[in-house]
Amino acid sequence: MAEPEVSSAAAGGGGRLRNAFGGVLCAFALLLIGVLAFSIRLFSVIKYESVIHEFDPYFNFRVTQFLSKNGIYEFWNWFDDRTWYPLGRVIGGTVYPGLTLTAGTIWWLLNSLNIPLSVETVCVFTAPIFSANASWATYLLTKEAKGTGAGLMAAAILAMVPSYISRSVAGSYDNEAVAIFALIFTFYLYVKTLNTGSLFYATLNALSYFYMVCSWGGYTFIINLIPMHVLLCIVTGRYSSRLYIAYAPLVILGTLLAALVPVVGFNAVMTSEHFASFLVFIILHVVALVYYIKGLLTPRLFKVAMTLVISVGLAVCFAVVAILVALVASSPTKGWSGRSLSLLDPTYASKYIPIIASVSEHQPPTWPSYFMDINVLAFLIPAGIISCFLPLSDASSFMVLYLVTAVYFSGVMVRLMLVLAPAACILSGIALSEVFGVLTRSMKTHLSKLFDDSPAAPKSGDSSPESSSSSVNTDSTKSENRTEKTETAPKEKPSKKNRKKKEVAESVPVKPKKEKRLLVLPFELSVMGILLLIVLGGFYVVHCVWAAAEAYSAPSIVLTSRSRDGMHVFDDFREAYAWLSHNTDVDDKVASWWDYGYQTTAMANRTVIVDNNTWNNTHIATVGTAMSSPEKAAWEIFNSLDVKYILVVFGGLVGYPSDDINKFLWMVRIGGGVFPHIKEPDYLRDGQYRVDAQATPTMLNCLMYKLCYYRFVETDGKGFDKVRGYEIGKKHFKLTHFEEVFTTHHWMVRIYKLKPQRNRVRGKLKKLKSNAKTSPALAAGRKKNPWQ
Amino acid sequence: MVAPRHLAALLLLLLAVATVAGEDEGPRGRRLLVLLDDLSVRSSHSAFFGSLQARGFDLDFRLADDPKLSLHRYGQYLYDGLVLFAPSTPRFGGSVDQNAVLEFIDAGHDMILAADSTASDLIRGIATECGVDFDEDQEAMVIDHINYAVMDVEGDHTLIAGDDLIQSDVILGSKKIEAPILFRGIGHAANPSNGLVLKVLSASPSAYSANPKTKLGSPPSLTGSAISLVSVMQARNNARVLISGSLDLFSNRFLKSGVQKVGSKTRHERAGNEQFVTETSKWVFHMRGHLKAVSVKHHKVGETNEPGMYRINDDLEYSVEIYEWSGTSWKPYVADDVQVQFYMMSPYVLKTLSTDKKGLYSTSFKVPDVYGVFQFKVEYQRLGYTCLSFTKQIPVRPYRHNEYERFIASAYPYYTASFSTMGAFFMFSFVYLYHK
Repeated sequence: MAEPEVSSAAAGGGGRLRNAFGGVLCAFALLLIGVLAFSIRLFSVIKYESVIHEFDPYFNFRVTQFLSKNGIYEFWNWFDDRTWYPLGRVIGGTVYPGLTLTAGTIWWLLNSLNIPLSVETVCVFTAPIFSANASWATYLLTKEAKGTGAGLMAAAILAMVPSYISRSVAGSYDNEAVAIFALIFTFYLYVKTLNTGSLFYATLNALSYFYMVCSWGGYTFIINLIPMHVLLCIVTGRYSSRLYIAYAPLVILGTLLAALVPVVGFNAVMTSEHFASFLVFIILHVVALVYYIKGLLTPRLFKVAMTLVISVGLAVCFAVVAILVALVASSPTKGWSGRSLSLLDPTYASKYIPIIASVSEHQPPTWPSYFMDINVLAFLIPAGIISCFLPLSDASSFMVLYLVTAVYFSGVMVRLMLVLAPAACILSGIALSEVFGVLTRSMKTHLSKLFDDSPAAPKSGDSSPESSSSSVNTDSTKSENRTEKTETAPKEKPSKKNRKKKEVAESVPVKPKKEKRLLVLPFELSVMGILLLIVLGGFYVVHCVWAAAEAYSAPSIVLTSRSRDGMHVFDDFREAYAWLSHNTDVDDKVASWWDYGYQTTAMANRTVIVDNNTWNNTHIATVGTAMSSPEKAAWEIFNSLDVKYILVVFGGLVGYPSDDINKFLWMVRIGGGVFPHIKEPDYLRDGQYRVDAQATPTMLNCLMYKLCYYRFVETDGKGFDKVRGYEIGKKHFKLTHFEEVFTTHHWMVRIYKLKPQRNRVRGKLKKLKSNAKTSPALAAGRKKNPWQ
Repeated sequence: MVAPRHLAALLLLLLAVATVAGEDEGPRGRRLLVLLDDLSVRSSHSAFFGSLQARGFDLDFRLADDPKLSLHRYGQYLYDGLVLFAPSTPRFGGSVDQNAVLEFIDAGHDMILAADSTASDLIRGIATECGVDFDEDQEAMVIDHINYAVMDVEGDHTLIAGDDLIQSDVILGSKKIEAPILFRGIGHAANPSNGLVLKVLSASPSAYSANPKTKLGSPPSLTGSAISLVSVMQARNNARVLISGSLDLFSNRFLKSGVQKVGSKTRHERAGNEQFVTETSKWVFHMRGHLKAVSVKHHKVGETNEPGMYRINDDLEYSVEIYEWSGTSWKPYVADDVQVQFYMMSPYVLKTLSTDKKGLYSTSFKVPDVYGVFQFKVEYQRLGYTCLSFTKQIPVRPYRHNEYERFIASAYPYYTASFSTMGAFFMFSFVYLYHK
């Protein structure tokens, strides 16, 4: 782990010893950081149970199960006939296989080592394992930019950044868990190649990019960010052969490899997301040619050639660009996928694609969510940017660029906060490490002035390495004492890590010290500064632990609430799915809003109409239309889809806010987008969405309202909806085409069955009335019967 | 102590059922409950009952207000069919009421209901639930001044000689009913949009429904051929119900008497009633016109096993056997209009099945170039026959990764291009590195 730069600086035997010691310390710190990253994500298992969370992870889990049971080729060719009935879904060709293959490989490895873990266990713990990997990758990346100290700092920060925790707690078995590691590692390899100019790393980089493409659709971020950086380097005159080696193989190999992933396929060369990389590829070659010619020719000749090349090159460029623009413009979406377009134009989705806008994680984040997700890092980032500019290297400029783009994207979609988190951690790590460097160096200067009188300068090197190292030790022990004083016992572990980082961080700025005169702050100020920084770090740690334990550990299939009389557990989802799997026929079709599709297939093992893979908007719109139609029309739609059961999620009894009534407007919007007879204003009273007495008749008669509130008034006699906070509009009504078959304990999931068509067709209604007239007499007659 | 005895009885019953099952078993059992207003009907309609018994039915005669009346016991229906010859009964005895009768039908049992001018609200209510509306005027009868039957005395023309029969060999038997059918009773109407009800015997255009004893004040509500004298209803579960506005239609007197229509020279020695009630009761109690489909099979051409999934563009064969119950045995059903759909939200393939006249229907076709969850769907609905509707779900998958064409002729230029580029690059590198 010993750094080459440091070792070259400290030539003496003691220096080597120190470096070895530092290396061991660094490795140990990294190990602890990995343990921290893993263990901070186990709150969900401890507080709840070892269970897969949320929605998408259930699909990934189901796919992994299939993979582990049937092998890779069956998985590749898997046509799933249990979702998207009756269309089916080609899973092998529409899924990013990275996560599944990773977990499948881990499972296979463990099993071949005779460690019989279940697939579910492996899936649950994949995310924590990969977050440890991600923090190590962060260390590597930051080290490339700013040295070991910054690397350790960044790794430690990333290990517990809440934004990343939110997507990678144990059980959160989603693509992002693996993809963030792949993202950072790809960046590391890129920067490494940029620093070394090694073709070996360039090849590794392409492979790592391939893994990223396998794992997550966010790979387009890489293939746009790296070209941007290359362009930046060229523009700022930093072109070098290293840049060429870092970029050209990545584009060629990366694109070829990406095209191997079925879900990407020809998109790797056909969609606009990838065009930037090709354009930059061309530019890079032009620039390379220019530099080559520049080396061949005399300056005067070069000028002539330059103008020639530039004019010809520009002409070619314009031609290519014109062709591209024409090609792209001829396609309706301008060659961009909907999600990418909504990134470039944040209002795009809400205008044109309600299905993208309807997902909560595609909404723009609010300001508090920045504080929640990256906490104090938000304040450290600017410092990190500044230190990246002192001095600006290829690597540090990449960091800045990464941060800037990530900040923009996170501002568009709350989900992409996840991409921002590593950038924020890296820059904060750099900032903290620099500040610590400056402060401890000042302290050291003052201390060495105090203790030693003969060696005036605190320089290491030949004079007295032992003394300086001893002074370092005294320093660190002092700061350690202070640390332990300021921080309370439960936070001891993270604080220890901080301390270790500090120690290593101190060893970093040894080299620059020789080169230029450094800023030396007054002793008291440095002590205060260090104290304040430790307090700041303490806050961060406390916040992260709180976020991991309280905010982001809920599996969302099991809910808890605390009240005066203890904790309540709402396990209604699993209750409902278990009911379905035990009481319905294997081939029965269950309709629900698409949110619950993955869970139904995975937990209840029943065929669903739509699920969270929202590939067919029309199909989802059909379900949305059925939900927003009156009973008869809805029955006909569902019957035509062979639906047997309908599942709705209702939170009105216990106050669960993300239920179907709150999602209902999206069903109306998505349904209305395809079937224009569903009009949103019909469901709104004066532009307000409400289900109380003021609600519109269309709203009160639609299927969703009826299925949610059927017999609801029987619970409290008033029909008071706890989520909406008022009494519902229509309380007493009967269902004619549906029958309630199951309602869970807290009414959170209600399952209805479609009634079969009436066996007989009744005669005239007129007759019916005369019947009704006469029936009281009959009824009275019948009533007498028991008394006879 | 009671439970074991019942258990034993149940076992005996099961044993009995099992022995019956050994024979060629029909679609319906043979236990009929006959509900009467008055036990005299038993003798006055004995010819009809006799014909039922002669066909092997087991009749249980009960008064409609018998307090021990019950249609089922321990969740099992005691009867397989109901003959409701109790038009005037205001309510049934025991546990039976209108809903019990309707549930009996919805459970897949058959019924013959006969009303007359004394029809009670209960009977009218049951008829309405079956989609047939008797004239609301309680006193009304069907009167026809042109197509009445000649009688010894000049009456009020309520004895009608009906000959407007439905054109269906399945319902009325293959032998044509020559003689007019005597009818005296009330008329009813069925909503034409109701596809389940069929008018078997319609009134002539000159008929109307009114009270014969009073003078016609307002225009009658039911007139002409809209009046149905006898209707049948086949419910969606294939339960069959015959509704007649006349109880006399089934009586010995009408069955045995001769008939001459006014204005017609020919006098028939026997009215058509006997043949009519025999044939329609055969139909109602599923002695005819009941189809069953068995051994629905499909497989790839050249294979015999049914696959769990097809691939797009597979060639497959589909076959089904269809039989009709003849009253004693299952006979092959022969028709040239049975079709199968290969269906996913809409039919992708619609093929007429060819038959070998021995009940086997088969066809073969190519799976369309669309993947998804398909169904083999047969929806066979013909007048008089039970509705035949069955589906079989089968997923169709796309090609596997190794099922595509491997070397495409038109791609050879590209193969050549890529290999020549590779070769050229190798040579270029070699020259560049080792030249000079």
